Amino acid sequence: MILEVNDVSKVYKSVNRSLTVLDEVNFVVEKGETVAIVGASGSGKTTLLGLCAGLDVSSFGNINLAGHNLNNKTENEKASIRNKHIGFIFQNFQLLPTLTALENVMLPLELQDRAKEAGPKAKELLERVGLGDRMDHYPNQLSGGEQQRVSLARAFSNTPEILFADEPTGNLDDETSVVVEKLLFDLNKEHNTTLVIVTHDMELAQKTSRIIRLKGGKIISDEKVNA
Amino acid sequence: MKLGLLLKNAFRDSRRDRSKLVLFMSSIVLGVAALVAINSFNYNLVNDIDNQAKSLLGADLVFESNKPFQEDWIKVMDSIPAEKASEVALLSMAYLPQQSQSQFVRIKALGGGFPFYGKLLTEPENVDFQKEKTALVDDGMMLQYSAEIGDSIKLGQETFVIGGRLKNAFGSVDLGSGFAPTVYIGRESLAATELIQPGSLVDYSIFLKTADDFNPDEWRDSKRDDFRDNGMRIQTVEGQKENLQQAFSSLNNFLNLIALVSLLLACIGVASSVLIYVKNKVKSIAIFRCLGMNGNEAFLIYFIQIFVLSLVSVLIGAAIGSGIQMLLPIVFDSFLPYEVDMNMSWRAIGEGILVGSVITLLFALVPLIRIRNISPLRTLRSSYEEEQGKFDRLEWGIYALIILSIFGFLWSLTGNIKDAGMFTGGLLVAFGILFGVAKLITFIVRKFFPRNWNFIFRQGLSNLYRPNNQTRTLIVSIGLGTAILTTLFIIQGLILGNVGAMGAGNQANTILFGIETKQKDELAEITRNYDMPLMQETPIITMDLYGWKGKTKQEWLADTTRTARRWAINREARVSYADSISKNDKIIAGEYTSRVEPGDSVFVSLGESWARSLDVDLGDEIVWNVQGALIKTYVGSLREINFRSMDTRFFILFPLGVLEEAPQFHVLVTKTPDAETTAAYRNEVVQKFPNVSIIDLGSILVTLNDILSKLSYAIQFMAGFSILIGLIVLISSLFLSKYQRINESVLMRTLGAVKKQILRINMVEYGLLGALSSLTGIFIALLSSFLLVKFVFELEFAISWLPILVIFILVTLITILIGLANSREVVNKPPLEILRNNG
Ligand SMILES: Nc1ncnc2c1ncn2[C@@H]1O[C@H](COP(=O)(O)OP(=O)(O)O)[C@@H](O)[C@H]1O
Ligand SMILES: [Mg+2]
Repeated sequence: MILEVNDVSKVYKSVNRSLTVLDEVNFVVEKGETVAIVGASGSGKTTLLGLCAGLDVSSFGNINLAGHNLNNKTENEKASIRNKHIGFIFQNFQLLPTLTALENVMLPLELQDRAKEAGPKAKELLERVGLGDRMDHYPNQLSGGEQQRVSLARAFSNTPEILFADEPTGNLDDETSVVVEKLLFDLNKEHNTTLVIVTHDMELAQKTSRIIRLKGGKIISDEKVNA
Repeated sequence: MKLGLLLKNAFRDSRRDRSKLVLFMSSIVLGVAALVAINSFNYNLVNDIDNQAKSLLGADLVFESNKPFQEDWIKVMDSIPAEKASEVALLSMAYLPQQSQSQFVRIKALGGGFPFYGKLLTEPENVDFQKEKTALVDDGMMLQYSAEIGDSIKLGQETFVIGGRLKNAFGSVDLGSGFAPTVYIGRESLAATELIQPGSLVDYSIFLKTADDFNPDEWRDSKRDDFRDNGMRIQTVEGQKENLQQAFSSLNNFLNLIALVSLLLACIGVASSVLIYVKNKVKSIAIFRCLGMNGNEAFLIYFIQIFVLSLVSVLIGAAIGSGIQMLLPIVFDSFLPYEVDMNMSWRAIGEGILVGSVITLLFALVPLIRIRNISPLRTLRSSYEEEQGKFDRLEWGIYALIILSIFGFLWSLTGNIKDAGMFTGGLLVAFGILFGVAKLITFIVRKFFPRNWNFIFRQGLSNLYRPNNQTRTLIVSIGLGTAILTTLFIIQGLILGNVGAMGAGNQANTILFGIETKQKDELAEITRNYDMPLMQETPIITMDLYGWKGKTKQEWLADTTRTARRWAINREARVSYADSISKNDKIIAGEYTSRVEPGDSVFVSLGESWARSLDVDLGDEIVWNVQGALIKTYVGSLREINFRSMDTRFFILFPLGVLEEAPQFHVLVTKTPDAETTAAYRNEVVQKFPNVSIIDLGSILVTLNDILSKLSYAIQFMAGFSILIGLIVLISSLFLSKYQRINESVLMRTLGAVKKQILRINMVEYGLLGALSSLTGIFIALLSSFLLVKFVFELEFAISWLPILVIFILVTLITILIGLANSREVVNKPPLEILRNNG
């Protein structure tokens, strides 16, 4: 078991009303699983992902990630958990505009003070995603698909135990999406990483081993996919 | 995380945006430059005092008195092994027969080889003006009346030949020399002028060049009180140095204040540039956080960038500052009694670097520490906003440190806790007003938004409060600059206005003094012939305070428990008598006695402030020594004396029936209708009565104007720094925000807005900002100048609105121009390029 979500709720309070975005969500993800969280826009997928990855704090319930209870961790402790155990892929890529492709991929290892391994590892991963000749380019010199491939390379650079992806192909055209999806699952298999993908794309969801459906902040189904 | 990695990331992160911070740097550069220049200049000035003080005093030991030195005291001076010279100085009229012009001058009758150190600059060199009937006349005065060497000058009853031009007013600052220019004559020739009469205002000096083994300071310290209590002063080179240092330290303090304000202005620019820089980096910071960097590390990455940039800017500023100081002697020429040698001052440079980097970094820290709180959640939601208004102890700590360091700087500058506190408080109030106004404006615009105005106005208005608005920064920087400039104008105008108003309407504008009793009636006759009113004819008698409240002056001076202030005791008593008090004065205690009969007790009226300093009250006894005769009086009334009119006024007023027979002079106050009449009247009086001096308001005004314009030249030079910095802050904050405006402009253009519309929207926005900030600045200026005028200068407050209107229009226009210049680039960029750069 790598991720455990226990009775987790998220409530946004404004002056005169409160909005329950997640309502007592429960599930467990085992090591090596690939899980898709699906649902309509506004159903609470991104909120749930943010909570699982320790980017946000739940209103009720607790989350256990890679053996750490996130509830009683400070922001800095969560940062170091993210750095050691987690990889991220975002809908809008989130590359640092001031770093080259190579430097972006090296960053997670550098943050772990493993600067020596960072270079070779990053180069290897960039070769793997087919960007061996674009290493010194800055993000704004790359297309969306290329940027997302850099971000894939970055996500695997610290060999995370679990990878969170929020709508990884949401900003890409169909053809590019296919390339990125394939890379994502291939890399995942090679590194034997646990994968949690948030998406509203059922085709993508079908490629995982398990689908959790979210509606109005509640889990309405949680079933294995027969490959 | 290791330091090396932090440095590496700081470097990488900055590399594509460094150019954006160049303008931010330039404001620090200027601020520090101002500080270093002023302090270097000051240290050089003080350094030179040591080298120059001797030649400024011209002697080792100087004795001064306004009475002839008495035999006993001359014996004391003669006991010192020294070379001796003497001088008698007095104010008088001079008449130039060839030019038919008269001028109020300071006559210095010199005997002996003074100055012993330094020399009088004359043309031709080494004129012997001490020989019979020769005079050395101020160069400026000779130029004014086109007088030539060889012409005559009449002083009192004697006519002298002008033997040369005097190029430097020895030992004094140039200011005000136009009012009473100096004329040197020989000590032996003075008697023939007949200008010295019992009771005339004369300064006597004796100069000594002492032998090498004699210590003048030690001698002075042992004798000073003795001399002072007998109405004499002793001056030495050391004492002169202290006086000069004191005089310069006020000038220096004042300049430093302006430099500090400039630096603070620059720091506002720093804070706002860093804020915008950080805002542009929020996305990057969130990614760093998401990848596992903690808040402090993210903060450090940006802190290192700003730190290095600040340091570089401060160093460049210090270098430029030590270059600029070479210019300052030119600007302050007329305040300096000697030529200043300019050298590098490492101390000034060090101090400038220290103060500059501390204040800059503190200001930069305010936006930087907010980095610690940027949430990694921003990677998932770009619009995510951290909780606002949360109390951050560190942030308030930094504010406290900023205030503390400003206070500390001011304290070390003025050496006075109270002044430092007052000025810090004043700055806080000014900033508070500016921030408050900025807040109020955004609030009001939002609340009462005119929804049915046309599109361009609505857009321009809403730019004032939308995210990334410039309202606060611009209002503070433009407002502060405007405030400094306007205060300057108001005060300068007020001082001139107040003096000018003295002669307005039926007020007197001309005073004649030094009139002997026998000349009184004829002078009144002449005045009437010019159709001018005799507004006041007052006698003046000089006397000494002999004793009061039962003790003599000597006994009081020896009494250690006395409460009377020394200056009040030693002040020369210039007394008048009249049957009533001046209409400008007010009795605040007792009653005025108009006349006493022989044998009655004499009740005198005293100025309230003098009475208080002497610690005497109604009914107390005072004994006077009137040129040898003792007169016993009692305090009959106290008056509040108004110094604002050009009348004569007296601390001590006797009733009629006591002093009529004492040796005395008279003062005549009148009003001349115009400058021509003044000149003709003055010439006639001077020719008939060479001993009578005439001062008219016109020449006072000219002199004052001259002094003020020299002063304001110096001040404006410094204020120029502030304004330049204000402009750079303005340009840089607009420049930085430009990138945020690009998308918006492009979007608008895509939606069909033409360039003209976008420029107009910007014009409305910057016009509003310029107008509002200059208005706020003017308001602060009105407030501060009102306080200054009321409590420091003690003048009437009145405003001339025209220059203020000009300032208002200029500042607003400049803001609009800079704003438009900035947006032109935005407007002209092809949309495609912009989309790529902002992906
Ligand atoms: N900071 C916030 N304050 C209030 N409501 C929020 C906030 N963030 C998200 N929401 C709401 O939570 C709900 C779920 O959002 P989200 O998790 O982004 O949905 P999804 O990713 O499934 O489209 C939405 O209705 C959204 O409006
Ligand atoms: Mg979402």
